[in-house]
Amino acid sequence: MAGIEVTALHKRYPDGTVAVDHVDLSIGDGELFVMLGPSGCGKTTTLRAIAGLERQTSGDIRIGDTLVNDLPPAERDIAMVFQFYALYPHLRTRDNLAFPLRAEGLPKPEVHARVEEAARLMRLGPLLDRRPRQLSGGEQQRVALARALVRRPRAFLMDEPLTNLDAELRADMRTEIKHLQGELGATMVYVTHDQVEAMSLGHRIAILHKGRVEQIGTPLQVYDRPASLFCAAFIGSPPMNLIEVEVADGTLRGKGGLTLTPPPGLPRDRRLVAGVRPEALEVTAPEAERSVPARVVSAEWLGDEIIYVVDHGGQQDVRVRMPPTVRFAADAPVGLRHTGGTPAVYDVSTEELVA
Amino acid sequence: MAVSVDKAVAAGPARDRPPRVRRRGGRGRGRSLLEVVLLTVLAVVMLFPVLWMIETSIKENRDVYAIPAEFIGFTVTLDHFKDVFVAGDGGRSALSVAFLNSVVVAGVSTVLATVLGVPAAWAYSRFTLRAKKDQLFFILSTRFMPPVVVVVPIFLMYRQVGLIDTKLGLILIYAAFNVPFTIWMMKGFVDEVPAEYEDAAMLDGYTRLQAFWKFTLPLLVPGIAATAVFALIFSWNEFVFAIFLTSSDSVRTAPPAIAGLIGGTTVDWGLVAAASVVFALPVLVFAYLVRRHLVAGVTLGAVRR
Repeated sequence: MAGIEVTALHKRYPDGTVAVDHVDLSIGDGELFVMLGPSGCGKTTTLRAIAGLERQTSGDIRIGDTLVNDLPPAERDIAMVFQFYALYPHLRTRDNLAFPLRAEGLPKPEVHARVEEAARLMRLGPLLDRRPRQLSGGEQQRVALARALVRRPRAFLMDEPLTNLDAELRADMRTEIKHLQGELGATMVYVTHDQVEAMSLGHRIAILHKGRVEQIGTPLQVYDRPASLFCAAFIGSPPMNLIEVEVADGTLRGKGGLTLTPPPGLPRDRRLVAGVRPEALEVTAPEAERSVPARVVSAEWLGDEIIYVVDHGGQQDVRVRMPPTVRFAADAPVGLRHTGGTPAVYDVSTEELVA
Repeated sequence: MAVSVDKAVAAGPARDRPPRVRRRGGRGRGRSLLEVVLLTVLAVVMLFPVLWMIETSIKENRDVYAIPAEFIGFTVTLDHFKDVFVAGDGGRSALSVAFLNSVVVAGVSTVLATVLGVPAAWAYSRFTLRAKKDQLFFILSTRFMPPVVVVVPIFLMYRQVGLIDTKLGLILIYAAFNVPFTIWMMKGFVDEVPAEYEDAAMLDGYTRLQAFWKFTLPLLVPGIAATAVFALIFSWNEFVFAIFLTSSDSVRTAPPAIAGLIGGTTVDWGLVAAASVVFALPVLVFAYLVRRHLVAGVTLGAVRR
């Protein structure tokens, strides 16, 4: 296994599209590193550049100590798993697994031993003599993972491997991938647009937007302190409430009268926005202590929680996450108060976290 | 019948239901009868020329000119078919040479168009190119005009380079007309084959071209078959270029050769019909053999997955 260094990566296509503007990544040996972002953010292009399937316009890629810029994909000693499983349709599972090894020219007994080992790891025993057409989506993806495993590569690249699976299977496979990665101590770069996948899998997450890295951090860092307004609006379901605030009398005050504890070191004379998670707010009875008057606009009953959309006279309605036991009717007059700690505060003009 | 239905409907709500069902059944039968009649009329209109051609090809000459025309009961002869292939002196007829020319010209031009068009379609499908849409539109635009529009300039150019009255000249112009068609049709088929096969193969140590050759190409065979048949039919049936660009019997393809049978002082209609039957058969047989692929080609893109 080896770490991966991406320095000043830039990819511009012949038709002028800039897929990756500027990306620096330092992925540790044995790390499960997730690249997260909406479609078109450059995450897949970055991954394909690491794999060697795309040639970057400029920038360097190192796998371990090797500069791989000019190496073809096969010589980079990496394995890739695709969203569409890309199993060779005319080959049985067994031969699909053996294929990359035979292409490498390994001796037969070695090929056999490695195929058996990968099949055991991914529990593919009964599927070995079937063709891809005879396998379900989940089974195909397990075979695709096994095919990546047999090569014993220095790093695994995963391009949205679970996107085509149904929800239940996806959760199972997520656990399986995380377990496998831990057991093998494998370096894994995992691309997804699904934040749940990113949060649950990643040791660290890189959020990409318009070909640039917006933030790199552990799932908790990314959730608690999104580095930019884009990250704040992207992470979390529902995402942070972004409330325009002013510094007044040692507090942050929103348009609707909501008061928040200011973080230290706030800059003066700038328009500020506070990012408040839905669980850092509380819907209360009207005129409860420290609350501002508000009205329930709508309520989403999710079973384990209720998301209230509340109008408190601010510029935008805010979303509040409440336990299912606290019930208010739509249109009911209520109170709204902040219960969390100091919020993340952003500069409106730079869209970056200021404190 | 209509009266009884009206009566039943008028009889009141209690008895409303059964007559309604009966009436709907009657209308259904009527519609299907109408369909059958319409389709029969259409089939007769469409197939009558073909039928007449086949009949004429096996009639003796005096029956061909008989008034009123004889549909049945004439003497069947295969002399016309013999005349298509054998000349009066017992050697090869000019028509049989023309058929052979047609096979060569249509076959080679189709192979050429496929060999050039399929890789191009792959490239247009897989790679990001500058002004790709404009390029594709430009390629398609060469098919906007009918051949007769460009035949005079082509004639002049061919005369300069000595391609007039050569099979090579016809092969090149047919290939040129079929390449755009092949690119457009094959691009659809290539789009349907996931690029991940090639990515996976490249990670397994193949070059991009090997990946295309070993993994994508086999999956494209049905598409190539459909496309090639369409190209073949175009080249086989093409008349305008053939009649303008060729003149000698040794080069001429079948369409102008058959047309050339008409226009003397007497026209041997039996021979014309027999030659037409022989001309129509190969394409029919070929299309029948690959009919499944043809349908796949025609309906491509009609259904989104």
